[in-house]
Amino acid sequence: MAERRIKVIIAKPGLDGHDRGAKVVARALVEAGMEVVYLGLQQTPEAIVRAAVEEDADVIGLSILSGAHMSNFRRVRELMETAGLGDRLLTGGGIIPTKDQERLKEMGVAKVFGPGDDLMEIVEYIRLNARRASG
Amino acid sequence: MSTKNRELWEKRYEGSGLRDADFTSLSGRPLQPLYAPEDLGEFDPDARLGYPGDYPFTRGVHPSMYRGKMWTMRQFAGMGTPDQTNARYRFLLDKGQTGLSVAFDNPTLYGRDSDHALAAGEVGKTGVAVDTLADMERLFTGIPLDRVSTSMTINAPAAWIFAMFLANAEKRGIGFGALRGTLQNDILKEYIAQKEWIFPPEPHLRLITDLMAFCAAEVPQWNTISISGYHIREAGSTAAQELAFTLADGFCYIEHALAAGLDIEDFAPRLSFFFNAHLDFFEEIAKLRAARRIWARAMRERYGAKNPRSWLCRFHVQTAGCSLTAQQPEINIVRTALEALAGVLGGCQSLHTNSMDEALALPSEKAVEIALRTQQIIAYESGAANVIDPLGGSYYIEKLTNDLEAEAERYFRKIDELGGVVKAIEQGFFQREITRSAYEYQMALSRKKKFHVGVNEFVNPGQALEIPLLEIDEAVERDQIAFLRRTKAERDNGAVRDGLNALKRAAAEGRNLMPPLLDCARRYATLGETSDALTEVFGEYREQPFY
Repeated sequence: MAERRIKVIIAKPGLDGHDRGAKVVARALVEAGMEVVYLGLQQTPEAIVRAAVEEDADVIGLSILSGAHMSNFRRVRELMETAGLGDRLLTGGGIIPTKDQERLKEMGVAKVFGPGDDLMEIVEYIRLNARRASG
Repeated sequence: MSTKNRELWEKRYEGSGLRDADFTSLSGRPLQPLYAPEDLGEFDPDARLGYPGDYPFTRGVHPSMYRGKMWTMRQFAGMGTPDQTNARYRFLLDKGQTGLSVAFDNPTLYGRDSDHALAAGEVGKTGVAVDTLADMERLFTGIPLDRVSTSMTINAPAAWIFAMFLANAEKRGIGFGALRGTLQNDILKEYIAQKEWIFPPEPHLRLITDLMAFCAAEVPQWNTISISGYHIREAGSTAAQELAFTLADGFCYIEHALAAGLDIEDFAPRLSFFFNAHLDFFEEIAKLRAARRIWARAMRERYGAKNPRSWLCRFHVQTAGCSLTAQQPEINIVRTALEALAGVLGGCQSLHTNSMDEALALPSEKAVEIALRTQQIIAYESGAANVIDPLGGSYYIEKLTNDLEAEAERYFRKIDELGGVVKAIEQGFFQREITRSAYEYQMALSRKKKFHVGVNEFVNPGQALEIPLLEIDEAVERDQIAFLRRTKAERDNGAVRDGLNALKRAAAEGRNLMPPLLDCARRYATLGETSDALTEVFGEYREQPFY
């Protein structure tokens, strides 16, 4: 079967208007041939996972620059498990201190990116680690 | 100058072998290797520059600039509870800061109380939480509000946060006439860039006009709005987009206030601006000079203002947060110093210098002290404050100033064609322009056409972070919510209900909302209760996500 395009949900949870990174990454993923559903601002974890189920997304990317990354990633991860999306990639980016990155990894969040990370590296990471539909 | 000599130089230049490098500005502007008198064409210094304090104010808004009064050193600060932020303000004033600038947390910026579901995890994280007048009282305890000017970065709920500020001054016996400061109160750039709104544009614009009318009569020294390019730039715009979109927003506010029947001379002198100082030193200086000239001309010629004070583009400058790197954070001190110098040479009225750790966290005490000392070095050691507009007359600076002005004018025409600023927002025009610029810059970094030291070149692989970071204790959220509950238990809830009902009636009937907002604040109505009451009348705004 032909390989289908990687589908990525990008969202900004909580009360955080800093959407530069989310939009730039969304655009780079589209340029790289992926399908992107950008949900926009003020998304609840529930709405994000609901969208991921509806879209049968391979990847969920959260952009958080507000400091509320621990609670939002934790909640999205829990809801993904409940919704049967445990095999999908949960990644993201923002202002996330190194020691929090370790804690995120322990709760099943993949690599998260920060200021200065190379755009092409982010695209490659998602390409290599996205759950592929087996056909 | 002699054409022959120029041709000779050009030949020598072409023949001398150039580095394989990108010579465009940070915003991607093509640049010549050299600027000379002929690049300025028919340059009339009287018309294009004037003298400082004189139309068109290219060289500065005051005749004496920093010889008369040094710019205000104002560090944007706020974290955790109002008590913790109050301690930071006292620290900064003790270190020689000359004005205050309040950073609110995200829930407050969205007009939500600390116990709102969407506020979970965000209370006190990126600024201070303010839920009621009781928090405003704690925030400014022991600070002489009649002697220190206060800037507040608040937009969507600006009018009711300001009502709390006024109610606090009133309780302390400080007359409104003695209060000096600035409310950011710039909702248009929220739709364009920072994305912190509550209602659709029209009711927000009405609140801004109400506040301008109220302050003209009651709080005459207050800057009612700080029309901001800073956030537009941080969202990824170019220098020209920042300049054009900010001034276009300014025109939109003027037109709304005129349509509401206000006299331009009553409100225009209290408008202020806020620009970014990014890394491209000369382009930033030219941008700031161009802003003054464009604004003065529009105010005098397009809007017919007669009072020269109505023509002034007075502005605050903040160094570019987005230029800072999490990698090798100490070198951010150098970036900030260069940017701050551009702000000063561009003629700012007040300045914030970012701290080296701001790509990682809110500033630590040590980091913010270095940032403030950077301003003090520029002011008192470097000599930059001795001579007014020292780069005026530089062929390069004058050509860049002209070019940025022309680029802004092209954007104004485009925005007019789209039906004005509000229509252009609804169509996603600004949002798409900014995203395109942000993407192009990120690609330029990825392809190493542009460099960011420590990020895509001159990196120290595997280097561990060596500076201490400020952490906001998780207890802040619990403490703040407990304080809010206590305040609500101790107030007269009947009086709050009456106040909120009166506010809703005034909103529905089109009366000025400042008096009922002030009444609600005095009764300790919460930020969120006030937002909810107004939302019942005005409705909510949802953005279509553009990228």
